[in-house]
Amino acid sequence: MHKVLSMAVITAALFNSSLAFASSETDDIQQQLEAIKKEYGQAIKALEDRLLKAEKGTQLANDKTQKLAVQLEQSNSARTPSSAKNSFNPAISLVLDGRFASFDNDPEDYELPGFSLGNEAGLREKGLSIGHSELTMSANIDDKFFGKMTLAFDEHDGETETELEEAFIQTLGLGNGFTLKAGRFFSEIGYLNQQHGHAWDFADAPLIYRGLFGDQLVDDGVQMTWLAPTDTFLQLGAELLGGSRFPAGGTTSGVGAWTAFADIGGDIGIEHSWQLGLSHWRSDNIKDRKSGGHSHGGGQAETPSFSGDSKISALDLVYKWAPNGNPNHRNFKFQFEYFDRQEDGSVAMLNSGPPLEMTSYDGDQKGWYAQATYKFKPQWQMGFRYDWLDSNNRGSDTDVLAEAGLDNEGLNPQRYSATLEWLPSEFSRLRLQYNRDESYEETDHQLLLQYTMSLGSHGAHQF
Amino acid sequence: MFHQWKNTYRLAALLLTLCANTAYAQLNIFACEPEWAALTRTLAGDAANVYSATTAQQDPHHIQARPSLIAKVRRADLLVCTGAELEVGWLPLLLRKSGNAKIQAGQAGYFMATDHVSLLEKPAVLDRSLGDIHAAGNPHIHLDPYRVQQVAEALAITLTTIDPANQKNYRENLQNFNLEWRNAISQWQKQSDKLRGKRIVVSHNNWVYLEHWLGLERLAVLEPRPGIPPNSKYLAKVLAQLEQNPADMILHASYQNDRPALWLSQKTGLPVVGLDFSPSNKNSLIQWFDGVLNQLLRAES
Repeated sequence: MHKVLSMAVITAALFNSSLAFASSETDDIQQQLEAIKKEYGQAIKALEDRLLKAEKGTQLANDKTQKLAVQLEQSNSARTPSSAKNSFNPAISLVLDGRFASFDNDPEDYELPGFSLGNEAGLREKGLSIGHSELTMSANIDDKFFGKMTLAFDEHDGETETELEEAFIQTLGLGNGFTLKAGRFFSEIGYLNQQHGHAWDFADAPLIYRGLFGDQLVDDGVQMTWLAPTDTFLQLGAELLGGSRFPAGGTTSGVGAWTAFADIGGDIGIEHSWQLGLSHWRSDNIKDRKSGGHSHGGGQAETPSFSGDSKISALDLVYKWAPNGNPNHRNFKFQFEYFDRQEDGSVAMLNSGPPLEMTSYDGDQKGWYAQATYKFKPQWQMGFRYDWLDSNNRGSDTDVLAEAGLDNEGLNPQRYSATLEWLPSEFSRLRLQYNRDESYEETDHQLLLQYTMSLGSHGAHQF
Repeated sequence: MFHQWKNTYRLAALLLTLCANTAYAQLNIFACEPEWAALTRTLAGDAANVYSATTAQQDPHHIQARPSLIAKVRRADLLVCTGAELEVGWLPLLLRKSGNAKIQAGQAGYFMATDHVSLLEKPAVLDRSLGDIHAAGNPHIHLDPYRVQQVAEALAITLTTIDPANQKNYRENLQNFNLEWRNAISQWQKQSDKLRGKRIVVSHNNWVYLEHWLGLERLAVLEPRPGIPPNSKYLAKVLAQLEQNPADMILHASYQNDRPALWLSQKTGLPVVGLDFSPSNKNSLIQWFDGVLNQLLRAES
């Protein structure tokens, strides 16, 4: 720049002087000027070349630094083995549950006409109580097996009872879609039965579950499932069960019950998904299945005992919707299950007589429930449920049937329920539930306030 | 009797051929998130049939183990997921129900992207009162192109391991990807110079790798704790904080509830940038990154 400027000054000066001197030396001066012009032109050209070269150099250098930066960034974020994975310790999770219950009727008077209540069936205590607390441990045992155990703690008549609710092992990828499970587990009959109580959408079991299973069917045995290699979910399975627990009951040795089930399911677009299931449970030669019966107060309770064959067939349907397939903010779920139980044998009233009161028994019990839940805000969910039961049991001695609670007293037990839930996070839930319970003649209004909290590792929940 | 047996035999043979046919076709790859589906498609090309379990509209933390997903995992030869507990609420159940040996944890067909990079924000204390935190660190690594490149290298090796016949194909695809990706990175670096030092408010703390890469400064998160939606009291606190120390923009992911962000935008006049957290079905990773940067640059100017 300086050079260009100085050249301009010199040129101007020369011009001025040449004007002053005029004519004679003009040619000379003109020649000199040409020479100077040429000289400076070359100098400028050289300078420009050098500038271009320098620019190219910086470009190259920049590229090199860029590449180095990429490498540096990569080495900075290089893999460091994560030590946080506690994969050798079992995942432990604890579910704490507590409730306040208010009933219009005395919960001790509860009955379900046409159904002999067994297991834990019935209403829980009035007032404040802790519910069903669970401690679960699970882990992959090695590359072939997964194991899980759940201990349940319950309060019954002032005593804390500990129950081994689940203890099973399961194969991991046996191949070709097969999975084998062994131990104590929730049977795959129905839909709700495989889920833990804390994952249910209501504080209590549907009436048909209460009537047939005493809330839930758990047994010891083996289960085999096969998943078809199709885009539509199709699963077939069977269970061989010990059959020593309600509603198989009795002390049969070997295989006392079996189930077979089929599930089919899929998506409709991104927002809708569904699953349809058929299942069948059967136990032949049940011996002495005790249940609660229909107490009339005073004296030693007479306990109904069933012996004979029993079979249950079930149909379940689940449909879920979530906007954009993202259930976190809003979602809807509809669920329907139908059960039918046919029994053939005899019922005896233990502690009666002598002679022992007995009747032949031809049981025909069925029922269904339908429920819908709607999560309308990220932390709020509401739900409605309707239960309906029917029975038509026959026997040689209708008095004994009535005493065993197997006479339907000419009515269909039914119940209406509604809930409102507040879910502060995915680990905690507060639930308010109202039931209009028409299980027996006197309608009961029930109000439940329940908390369910889960501590520890996330358990993945089933569909 | 004999005819019956013959029919059964024929049926069985037919079923077997059908199964065999599906087995000899392309690799079936199950990607948990669309970003890994896009990367896998680039690296595997025609050699694989890639399925993405989620879309950009779905929160990958909260997916249900739907029957359709179980059916897909049943047939998968390879699983490509984020890992670091992002899918802990649904993937373990899919694996257990699938009855598929190839993709179980520890097998060659089980690929977790976060196993191949270092993670930021590994918590020193694990306590749920701090919200839904991930013990291994922040898993949303796909927002850092350098880490994506590392994942690509590792994924190409995995593809070669489970499908050695197509080794050449995978190597070439990786080389092409690396070339394009490096060029793209230097271009993004130039484009995003003006974003450096910009101060942002985010809906959920899932932008940390993007912040790290682009040099954005996070002033506030619109969740009191990870995974806990804000109440009005908390939002008022954030608002007061921003009046003292103003930000440049509010970021939120497409799958998140945008109400808190819109409320804050109304109060402060800050632009809200709703970014696609993952590529859409058809987009490549480069197209998606381009889109994200363009959206940020538009909000900035």
